[in-house]
Amino acid sequence: MSGMNSWIAVVLYIVLAPIIGGLIAGVDRKISARMQGRFGPPLLQPFYDVFKLMSKENIVVNKHQKFYVLCFLIFVIITGCIFFSGGDLLLAIFALTLGSVFLIIAAYSTYSPYAYIGAEREMLQMMAYEPMVILTIVGMYMVTKSFNVVDIFTYNQPLIYTLPGIFLGFLFILTIKFRKSPFDISMSHHAHQEIVRGVITEFSGKELAYVEIAHWYENVFLLGMVFLFFATNWAIGAAFAVVTYLLEIFIDNNNSRLKWQFALGSAWIVALILGVGNIAVLALK
Amino acid sequence: MNTVLFLIVYPVIVALLLLILPQLAIRKFIVVASTAILTAASIYLTATYFNTGAVFFEFGTEALNVGIFAIELVLAATIIIISIKHKQFLAALLMLIGAAMTIWFEQTYGEEIHVANNLFVDNLSLIMTLIIGIVGSLIALFSLGYMEEYHHHHHDMKNRTPFFFFIVYVFLGAMYGVVFANNLMWLLFCWEITTFCSFFLIGYSRDEIATKNAFQALKMNLFGGLGFSAAIILLFMNAHTVELNQLSGLASAVVLLPAALLAFAGITKSAQMPFCSWLLGAMVAPTPVSALLHSSTMVKAGVYLIIRLSPIFAFVQGGATVGLFVAMVGAVTFVLTSFMAISQTDAKRVLAYSTIANLGLIVVCAGIGTYELVWAAIMLVIFHAIAKSLLFLSVGTVEHNLGDRVIESMDGLIVKMPKVAVGMVIGIAGMFLAPFGMLISKWAALEGLVAANPILTVFVAFGSAATLFFWTKWLGKLIMIKEKPADFHPHVPGSQSFTLTCLAIMTVGVCLLFPLISKYSLEPFIASIYGHAYMLDQSNVAILLIMMALVLVLPLRLLSYENLNYKPQYLAGTNLSEKEKFYGSLGLTRDLSMRSFYLASIFGEDKLFKLGVVSSIILILIMIGVGM
Repeated sequence: MSGMNSWIAVVLYIVLAPIIGGLIAGVDRKISARMQGRFGPPLLQPFYDVFKLMSKENIVVNKHQKFYVLCFLIFVIITGCIFFSGGDLLLAIFALTLGSVFLIIAAYSTYSPYAYIGAEREMLQMMAYEPMVILTIVGMYMVTKSFNVVDIFTYNQPLIYTLPGIFLGFLFILTIKFRKSPFDISMSHHAHQEIVRGVITEFSGKELAYVEIAHWYENVFLLGMVFLFFATNWAIGAAFAVVTYLLEIFIDNNNSRLKWQFALGSAWIVALILGVGNIAVLALK
Repeated sequence: MNTVLFLIVYPVIVALLLLILPQLAIRKFIVVASTAILTAASIYLTATYFNTGAVFFEFGTEALNVGIFAIELVLAATIIIISIKHKQFLAALLMLIGAAMTIWFEQTYGEEIHVANNLFVDNLSLIMTLIIGIVGSLIALFSLGYMEEYHHHHHDMKNRTPFFFFIVYVFLGAMYGVVFANNLMWLLFCWEITTFCSFFLIGYSRDEIATKNAFQALKMNLFGGLGFSAAIILLFMNAHTVELNQLSGLASAVVLLPAALLAFAGITKSAQMPFCSWLLGAMVAPTPVSALLHSSTMVKAGVYLIIRLSPIFAFVQGGATVGLFVAMVGAVTFVLTSFMAISQTDAKRVLAYSTIANLGLIVVCAGIGTYELVWAAIMLVIFHAIAKSLLFLSVGTVEHNLGDRVIESMDGLIVKMPKVAVGMVIGIAGMFLAPFGMLISKWAALEGLVAANPILTVFVAFGSAATLFFWTKWLGKLIMIKEKPADFHPHVPGSQSFTLTCLAIMTVGVCLLFPLISKYSLEPFIASIYGHAYMLDQSNVAILLIMMALVLVLPLRLLSYENLNYKPQYLAGTNLSEKEKFYGSLGLTRDLSMRSFYLASIFGEDKLFKLGVVSSIILILIMIGVGM
């Protein structure tokens, strides 16, 4: 996509991603509730929540946390903009890393024990999924000879044929990225008591709304990554993105949270076996 | 030409002056003036030659070579005597072997050696010149205030500050020699002088640990020096040349073994596995020494040499295999030292591990030696030199104010010492975050590696993940907002805050200017060797610059917050009216305090270090074996 098209993509992403992301969150809550034998909130509940949060009073421990959370949101949006404008995949990941680091230091800046433990665990999660993310991009480059999303997107064959191992490895770390059980160790939507709400313990009102919106943007970006594996066919790609998310909901509801040692160990072993294995096969070809 | 000589000779003259004039006022004057002069001369040299391509100078007379030979012998004798005095017989033996090799070589072939060009300047040496001239002399300036405070904090130690400055300036002269030398014998001479400077500075405090670590560094570097000497002798015996610029044109059979041996010397100097323990031990030296020798300049001499060899790895038949094993040593070092950095609590040790890791990444790039990777390697050298010296010097400043340099003590530094903390935040961001420097070069490294050897990206992927962890947790400590203790009054001397400010500005500045640095300096240099140059894609550069602008502008938002309702943090309902205290068990009032993860059971040194030593020794043996 060049010039005009990529600008249109950026605008569409900025406008539509939170709507899609919010709807996904609504569906998520609905399905989760049904799995647990509850009726669940209305589909649009995530939007009601965010609007309500936006109107709340500004309660903070210090003003720096507000600033860091704002940066978190901005850089998550930039990540998606780079991705959906067809830009460099590595650069998109670097922007996402920068955003995530802002969220972590927002938690640190509050000097709160629960936010602190959440921040430390959030870093563990990043360390757990980062190698697989890089290997995914490396794999995509090896097949398409480009880091640009636009070239990967227009490649003449679905990447899943040549990158099955990498796809499975990526699915594995998506559970961490979507903050689903058993890997929701740094923060949780549920009332896990030992870390209160982890990273987001000290955020309220507008900050919390920003965090929520950032997650919507991030989730749309991540599903875009899933889509890339099937990009030759829109319908199949979109279907796989949906199936992937349903799978994550299923995993979320059928697992209890595990220790960080397991998150780190399993994610790295998966990256080493599926990710490196796939790359080795490609390199030998 | 005259500027080149000036840059080598002037620091040595300054060194002698500082040794014979120990008065504080005179020292201050000389150091301040020399900072200005060396900076100006380095910039002048760059301005003169950045556009000319490589320029060679014949310079050199029989008398000069005899003089160098004489100095070598005197230094060798001195080192042997000192070693024997401290019962360090291995060090003495290594020095003796080195000296014997030099004497034998001079006696046997001295008459035959004819060097066309002893000195040269090209864009890579200019980049090194700027690092030595600007960063190096700024660190010397920093030392003015630092060494005063250092002796204030260690009163029982003998004050040998004039000797300290003498060695620092001799070192600067020798470093210039390293980067300008085309005659490998001169290069080795300067190389060994930097080894001796490092030895004296590590042992500065003369206590037991310092002496032990100084000898460890000496032994490992002398061992590397033996490889260097052997490479020169082999080169001359088989190819009748000792000139650096001739190497990549030589036949594969003649050049591979010398190249492997030179790479080996570079690996010891850059403290790669299995030799990285000397650099960790070197952290006992005063902090400016760590900043100058052990992060921004001397250890860079090792990777500088390997970068010089990369055309051999890229073009000479069979060179790629040697280069691959060089790169593997770097890759293993990068991953394992990044892991071990996680388990370190001492700030300087974290910096040391991170330095070794980044040098490892440079070795990976230079070992493979494609044009993209050489670009990445040189960019890494530039960014790392600035950001890491900023971090070292900041840690030194903090240590004098907090009383220790443990990361856990740096809780809320942004409140206690805001300016120094902002500098450290910039330095840390510069080490691992987009849109800052190291990340730009890591990105280029990834791009280059995936095209050349995808398996090596696995090392980068895992190492970078660990890097993310240990930097972020340090960053988090610094930016915590907590109450400032009433009795805390930091003191930062002017020379220190000036240096820190300059380095912080430079860290951000090189990130903004890197497209220009690439265009005017790196691209012509790389094109002259490889025929085509490398630069990140223009649109990506634009996005990086936009991100940089955002990072610089966004903090303004902090000034405009109003109507905030401040509440203390959530402490499960046990908050007290006093801030940062809580109502603990048994009704005691307790202070709020938090400790980070160090994950010693996974990333501890004991197992990983052994793994690294064993695997890297095997790799080095194969590397030299392949060279044969």
